[in-house]
Amino acid sequence: MAKSQAQVIVITSGKGGVGKTTTTANIGVGLALLGKKVVLIDTDIGLRNLDVVLGLENRIVYDLVDAVTGHCKLKQALIKDKRYDGLFLLPAAQTKDKDAVTVEQMEKLCNDLKKDFDFIIIDCPAGIEQGFKNAIAGADKAIVVTTPEVSAVRDADRIIGLLDANEITDHFLLINRIRTDMVKRGEMMNVDDVLDILNIELIGIVPDDENVIVSTNKGEPAVVNMKSLAGQGYRNITKRLSGENVPLMELDGGGFFARLFGKFKRK
Amino acid sequence: MIIDLSKIFGKRKNASKEMAKDRLRLVLVHDRANSDTEFLEKIRDEIMQVLEKYMDISESGLDIQIGTAQSEDGKTLVPALTANIPIKAMKRNN
Repeated sequence: MAKSQAQVIVITSGKGGVGKTTTTANIGVGLALLGKKVVLIDTDIGLRNLDVVLGLENRIVYDLVDAVTGHCKLKQALIKDKRYDGLFLLPAAQTKDKDAVTVEQMEKLCNDLKKDFDFIIIDCPAGIEQGFKNAIAGADKAIVVTTPEVSAVRDADRIIGLLDANEITDHFLLINRIRTDMVKRGEMMNVDDVLDILNIELIGIVPDDENVIVSTNKGEPAVVNMKSLAGQGYRNITKRLSGENVPLMELDGGGFFARLFGKFKRK
Repeated sequence: MIIDLSKIFGKRKNASKEMAKDRLRLVLVHDRANSDTEFLEKIRDEIMQVLEKYMDISESGLDIQIGTAQSEDGKTLVPALTANIPIKAMKRNN
């Protein structure tokens, strides 16, 4: 059966702690639930975390460095997630340093994986050093994760510049942890404010949701939780990535009467 | 027609998101200019080419920077390109 062109997408942000790894896990599981064959690569060598977010930490035998340096076969390093058909993880090495992998090795790895997968999603480390260069080496698309805070937006702008300089012009913004209550009070930038400043195409928004922490505690991404707002945001994003046209989720929740009620409650 | 009361009651004018936006716009102008080391060089060279048609300029005294200036209403700082270009002599109009 002919397979459509594989997509290699790097999840990056510049700033740490904005939700790159959580986003990678959720998009990966979400795409697998849509029937896609997905491999997630953790390139944060020395600070591996995608394994725990996915709940696969006890299954690691070989890692990314073993696979690219030929210490094992690529297939041996891929951990199959038994809960979600079609989902695989290539974990980062925990004991080596960031120079253990080269740009050339990453390019070859992504090309090899393209033969067997529909989506190759790369979790990029924070920063703009070698780890970032390795993570983007084999990618043809990028999702830049930010939160509506000045530090995260500033770093996102820098990352967009670096992606352009590296000829990854197919880049999209994901705005994470939007707090509707604060946006309504004018104490947090809204989606339009952030887009106005960064001038980049939006792939989706993810509201701040305590379910994300609960799911991470369990090792079970929020995207599988039908009651979770963040899960809804991630489900929309995965649909868009697989070519569906999905409108942006309504964050206002409740509309006119809820806003009116909100006004009275605050006074 | 439904009237959005939040618009009638008005948003707080000094809400912190406005400060966030103003500060970001300013800092990104600097970041973008500084991330490209040749950016100011290119501007400098092209300004020189234009001005040299009309006057003799002291190239050593030329100073071009991205800085800040008061906005028109005088309330906020806005990014500004400042150029200090000493003129040695004007060329004659032909």
